[in-house]
This record gives sequence, structure tokens and C-alpha cells, in this order.
Amino acid sequence: MDVIVPEIERLFRDEYGRSVAVLIRLCGNIELAEEAVQDAFTAALQRWPSSGLPPSPAGWIITTARNRMVDHWRREAGRDERYAQGAWLINAQVDEEVDMTEQTTRDDQLRLIFTCCHPALALDAQVALTLRLLGGLTTSEIARAFLTPDATMAQRLVRAKGKIRDANIPFRIPQATELATRIGAVLAVIYLVFNEGYVSNSGEQLLRESLCTEAIRLGRQMLELMPDEAEVMGLLALMLLIDSRREARVSASGALVPLSEQSRELWNQHLMIEGLGLVRQCIRRNEPGFYQILAAIQAVHCDARSTASTDWPQIVRLYDQLCEITSNPIVALNRAVAVAEVDGPAAALEIVDNLKLDHHHMLHAIRADLLHRLGRNPEAVSAYQAAVSRSGNAVERAFLKRKIAAINES
Amino acid sequence: MKQYLLAMYQPDGELPPASSLEKVMRDIHALRQEMKEADAWVFSGGLHPPGTATVLRVHNNAVLTTDGPFIEGKEYIGGFTIVKVPDLDAALEWGRKLALVSTLPIEVRPFRDSGNR
Repeated sequence: MDVIVPEIERLFRDEYGRSVAVLIRLCGNIELAEEAVQDAFTAALQRWPSSGLPPSPAGWIITTARNRMVDHWRREAGRDERYAQGAWLINAQVDEEVDMTEQTTRDDQLRLIFTCCHPALALDAQVALTLRLLGGLTTSEIARAFLTPDATMAQRLVRAKGKIRDANIPFRIPQATELATRIGAVLAVIYLVFNEGYVSNSGEQLLRESLCTEAIRLGRQMLELMPDEAEVMGLLALMLLIDSRREARVSASGALVPLSEQSRELWNQHLMIEGLGLVRQCIRRNEPGFYQILAAIQAVHCDARSTASTDWPQIVRLYDQLCEITSNPIVALNRAVAVAEVDGPAAALEIVDNLKLDHHHMLHAIRADLLHRLGRNPEAVSAYQAAVSRSGNAVERAFLKRKIAAINES
Repeated sequence: MKQYLLAMYQPDGELPPASSLEKVMRDIHALRQEMKEADAWVFSGGLHPPGTATVLRVHNNAVLTTDGPFIEGKEYIGGFTIVKVPDLDAALEWGRKLALVSTLPIEVRPFRDSGNR
């Protein structure tokens, strides 16, 4: 019995999204699909501890959810025209087995992912829907992770589902002509979830880490569903490599540890080996893209024994490649950091000073570091102060203040 | 099938010169033809500027007539098209084409009526 409850929890995490996706195929309605799947998991929690796991737990969940939905629709059919129509539809299928072949459920999941990340929905709604419908996170968990009041998050989800219903956003795998753009939107949502978990340190640590884990899980799922998309593989590799440094990145006292000061024994070898393997596969495919290049940059860091022995010229080359496909100034800023290691801080400072990123704390933090390396300490201190006033993150601010103190003491 | 409104937003002020407008009108007409051939077109029309509008509103059980648009804005609806298509993606595709030929922002909104007739 003790074994079964965690087993159900694991199953919930792994199968919730797929079950909802299959149920949406059967009934065409997100809310009803969610309700039915939740009912089925509740039934499993009541039954399995005494009866033991059924032969195919995932299949049991979907069949039970389908049966509950049919019951529900039959009950409601007399009252509500909407349900009557649905009951008619579903009665036609009720005696058949639910089509659970791999190809069908794979397409169900993809359809749901693309609908959650539809460009007609606002980005924050895409993120919330993805976590809710594909990750099975509760509204309140998503709200806490994004430091948003529960009511706001609930409303965001209701509005988004309402738009899908009323505007008739289709559950459909995009056509080949738009597929690349639409995959890009899905990857952007997953990466945003990952970054939210990784970058912010405010709020509840565990919940933030669970966002990283969830993003990686979604990344793996996407790769399983679309094994031929190099960028999907690139994103998973990128997240694995960054996540492999999670332990090393924050000290025991909760302080931020920059890459150059991290103890490399703390890097998670399993995640790193997996990530590096994916990067190698990407390189063999030779269809470079945004996430793949970012992953390759992370891979260069992983290959080095120390900051000093890092192959910085290679990193600059990768950033050059990245700058060809994106005009993102953050990318240019990160490139400047690598340039500093190859051509020195003066060359990097010249690049940084030409970037229009005054609002961003990273620009000022990097500028401060370059000025400090050039011995221009008073300017470095004021740049660090500019960074402090623009950072929204307590751990980061503490890190920047320690830098100021260190310069002032020297 | 579902009906969608494709509303074309025009900046307030002088219209572009007739010469450049002519090409736009021709392209819009061609697009309308394409919609008709695809059996997606329901209705479309261009509107006179908001200066020609009249507003009616109920006040103390009487209807008051006033000059001018209901909302003064920097943009106004210069014209609209109603399409009948299976889903939002199809409506957005027509909206995309309309935006390209008109170079104006297009707002796509679903009709409440499901159009199942």
C-alpha cells in the first residue's frame, strides 16, 4: 500500500497530460476532459491501495475517465442541449475500446501541446495552460511558482480556455508550412518555464526546482513526440546541461556562485552526459538553430576543467553563429563576455557600451566586471549599483553587493 | 462552420492618395474573390470615416440622437469582412492575407452564433 500511492503520483505526473489529450479527442471539451481525468485518478487512489495496480494503469485511467464522462453526459443530457449533443456523439463510441494506439495518443498529445501554445493566446496564458493541462500542476501551484495571486491565475486559465472554446481554436497539428514557427512557440514556452524555475530564487525553492523538472519532462516528451526536430533536441540538451549545474550554482548559505567559481565536482554527471550526448547528435544532424547553438555553448563549458582552460574562441564562434540568426541583445551581451576572455576586457566593454539594454541588470553587472578588470574601480562600483537597482532577485542583489564590498575593500 | 469578423483598423486622418489606394482596393477585391471561390466569404464592406457616424442612445425612456462616433479614437473600423470557416486557424489565415494586402491591423473575432445553418 505504501508503495502504491507514490506509484499513483508518478503515474499522475507522467500520464495526466496524455490522458487529458485523449479525453479531449473524445469529447472536444477541455474542462470536461480535465474533470473526468481527475475523477479517474481519485478513483485510482481509492481503489488501487487495496486492489493493487491494474495490468495497464494508464489504460485504466483513460477508460475510467471516459466511462465517467459518459455517465456525466447522460445525466446532464436532459438538462442542457450542449450535453445532449455530446451524449449523442459519445454514445456512438461508448461500446468501442478507446483508441489508445501509440500513433493516435501521440497525435492527441501534440494537438493539445500546439493548442496550449497557440499564438492567439497571450504568452502567460500559454505557459499557464501548458503547466495545467500537460503537467497536471494545480492552479495554485502555478500561481505560487509565478508569484501571482491564485485568483489571477485561475482567471487567466478560465479566460484562456474560454477563448479556445469560443474562438474555436482547433486541436490540430500545424501544417508543414507553419510547423517550424509553431514548434518555436512551444519551445519558447518550455524554455520560459525552465528559466522561471532556474533564474528566480525568490519564492519557494522547491516549487521553483519543480518548474525546471517539469520543463525538462516536457522537453523529453516533445522529443519523444517529434524525434526528427533538431531544435527540440537542442532545447532538451540545453536544459539538461544548465540543470546539471544546479547544485554548484547556489552555495550552502544560499548565495549565488558564478560559473568561474563553481566546484565542478558538484556538476551532475548523469544530466551532463545525457546533455552532451544530445549535443553530439545535433551536430551530426547539421541543422543548427537557436537552442542547439546555446546547448553547444553550454557543452563547451562542460568540457573544460576550469574557466581558464575553457575554449573561449570556440564559444565566441558559436555566439557569432547565434548572432546571425537572432538580433537578441542579450545574446550580444553574452557574446561580449566570451570576447573578454579572448580579446580582453577593453574589446568587450566597447561591445557592451553599444548595446541598448540600459533597463537590464545583466548589462550593468557585466559592464561593472569589465571596468573592474580594467582597473576603473569607481566606475565599476557605480555600474554594480546600477545593476543592483535593476535586479528583481534577492540572491542576485546580494551577489552584486558582495562585489561592491570587495572592490571597496581592495 | 463558424463565422468570424475580420475588422480592419484604419488610422484617423487623411486617407492615402488615390493612386496608392487604388492598388490596395484592387488587391482587396481580388482577395474577396478568392474568399468567394473558397466558399468562405459571407459579407464585406468598407465604411465612411467616423465623422459620418450618428449615435443613438436611450435616455429617460427616449432615444437621443447625437452626431459623431460612439468612441473617439486614433483608429477606427474602416471596413470589415465576415468569413465562414471551420476554425480560428482558418479565420486567421484569411486575416493574415487581408493584413498583407491592406497593410492595416486586422482584428479577428468569433461570432457568438455558431453559424450551423
